[in-house]
Amino acid sequence: MDTASFIFYLLATLLVIASLLVVFLRNVVHCAMALVTALLLIAVMFVTLHAPMLCVLQVMVYAGAIMVLFLFVIMFLNPGALEQQRGLWWGFGTLLAMMLAGVLVPLVATSDLPADPVAATELFGSPEMLAKSLFSDYVLPFEIASVLLLVAIIGAVVLAKREN
Amino acid sequence: MIALHNYLILSAVIFSIGVIGVLIRRNLIVVLMSIELMLNAVNLTFIAFSRYLGSTDGQVIVFFVMAVAAAEAVIGLAIIISVYRHRQSLDPQEMQLLKW
Amino acid sequence: MQALLDQMIQEGAFAGVPKEVVYTIAMVLTAVVVLSAFVAPLAGVTSWLERRVWARMQSRVGPNRVGPQGILQWLADGIKNIMKEDIIPTAADQKLFPLAPYVVFMGFLCAFVVIPFGESLIVADLNIGILYLLSVTSLVVVGILMAGWASNNKWSLLGGMRSAAQIVSYEIPAGLSVLTVVFLAGTLSMQGIIKAQGWRPWDWFMFHNPFTFCAFFLFFTAALAEGNRTPFDIPEAESELVAGYVTEYSGMRFLFFFFAEWGNLYVIGAVVTTLFMGGWQVPPVTDNPVLLGILQFLTFFLKAYFWVFVAMWIRATLPRVRVDQLMGLCWKYMVPLSFICLLGTIGFMFMDTNSRRIFGAITLGFAIATIINFFRRVGFQFRSAKPEAYWKPHI
Repeated sequence: MDTASFIFYLLATLLVIASLLVVFLRNVVHCAMALVTALLLIAVMFVTLHAPMLCVLQVMVYAGAIMVLFLFVIMFLNPGALEQQRGLWWGFGTLLAMMLAGVLVPLVATSDLPADPVAATELFGSPEMLAKSLFSDYVLPFEIASVLLLVAIIGAVVLAKREN
Repeated sequence: MIALHNYLILSAVIFSIGVIGVLIRRNLIVVLMSIELMLNAVNLTFIAFSRYLGSTDGQVIVFFVMAVAAAEAVIGLAIIISVYRHRQSLDPQEMQLLKW
Repeated sequence: MQALLDQMIQEGAFAGVPKEVVYTIAMVLTAVVVLSAFVAPLAGVTSWLERRVWARMQSRVGPNRVGPQGILQWLADGIKNIMKEDIIPTAADQKLFPLAPYVVFMGFLCAFVVIPFGESLIVADLNIGILYLLSVTSLVVVGILMAGWASNNKWSLLGGMRSAAQIVSYEIPAGLSVLTVVFLAGTLSMQGIIKAQGWRPWDWFMFHNPFTFCAFFLFFTAALAEGNRTPFDIPEAESELVAGYVTEYSGMRFLFFFFAEWGNLYVIGAVVTTLFMGGWQVPPVTDNPVLLGILQFLTFFLKAYFWVFVAMWIRATLPRVRVDQLMGLCWKYMVPLSFICLLGTIGFMFMDTNSRRIFGAITLGFAIATIINFFRRVGFQFRSAKPEAYWKPHI
């Protein structure tokens, strides 16, 4: 096995373990920590896929902002009691999701896809390249995204405000 | 060498794990976290495709997914806070009344 | 670094070993060397110096027993903390409580990867350098929240939440001030930003125009707040919160938090130097690469350490702000001001070099006038107060 495969399988194993922990741990804060780990592993995977800019954004936006918000809300509400496990419901849900995986995995495994990556240039995934396509082809979605964020800020303030 | 299939299978598995979380968990915050996990599985697919097809479009779309995920998390958590204020509970199964 | 490795691989130094493995081992070795030989003594000596500086400013003596002038005090402190019992409270979260200091420490240590100590003295010159630095420092928040929650103590939780709110808020003015420099340099790479400046003060981005001068102060203030330094140290305000999120920690884990805090002080100085003060740029006095490297390192180190000293000075001088004043300062004043700085700098980018130079010269003149006035007033104080004992730096 060459180094690239080794790194991939190592990351993939850790990622699946972290994702399972997110879903099956009973303490909410532990779940959040497992999710931070999973997001950081995905960020590392972005680097191996020649997307350093997105790796940094992933760490900054997800681990640095979204997860901090989650932790903040968890600590703010402090839902002390551990949630109840219900055997039948858990089994049913897991079965359903495994059926989904059972459909998805053979589907992608048998499809006709390129096996080797395109030779990456020096610029691939760099901020320059991302910025060029963001501000030329995708300038309208970019503006809409900024409006969306503004709406989200206002919405959050309105929703979370205490009614007097 | 790692083929594109490997990334897609990994991403499908993580997506399914996220679905499990949405289906079985009884805590709204964890449900929201599972949704974030699913979004990230999709992001991984986009980046893998962008690498194997040699196009930046996949990376740009991930950028937008991140913006949308941030907005989604903010609004979701704000809703959770206001729900908790009304009901003192985070259990989605207790939210059966349409009018509250 | 990478070029050197590539050359060694070409010459067949590591025959039969895959290239990636060589890179990984080299990176791990560099990290270990940097950690043990540079970061640990740096944070330690900074902690000693900080106590000495405060002592001087408060007419005390400070630690002066271990080694000459007490310079080895940090070693004694470190040994003492390692030997202490490592207490994990029964009510604390048994998994996250021991882990939290390492998360904080990792967030701070990762920053050293992109700090350019010289033209070739950098672990990795990433093309996303400054963005990488902002993102790894935002990881610290997760560790602090973890520590605050896992301690299962209300002071810790309050301290952790205050700290997280503070760091997340002050990231915005800091990021916007960084953006002004990134606009001027046209690159995110740390070396690229330094190379866009020169060794003369009027070539620095700090004196590029009045708006960058303002952005510099915004960045330094925001960085102090992000590093939980006085006057923004409400997360560990002794008078309100015992010790904030470190209340329940003891021994080595406690030390790790402070290790990160003092090391972070140097990171702040280094980033300020890189972004606004021309980094390692030296006048072209020699062609000898080794001598030039040493000169560059010394220049960078002293510039960065000057800002560490200023942070100590501020800590010894200013009182702590209240928590609502802290948030008000960030959201009502610093965020709008940093937006104005950003827009103003964009305006200056359209101006031709000669007329831009006039504004740069005015900014530099203003700064020099301020410094001269400061020294005049200090001199007046000394003449009128006649503080004889203060002139002995070694007691």
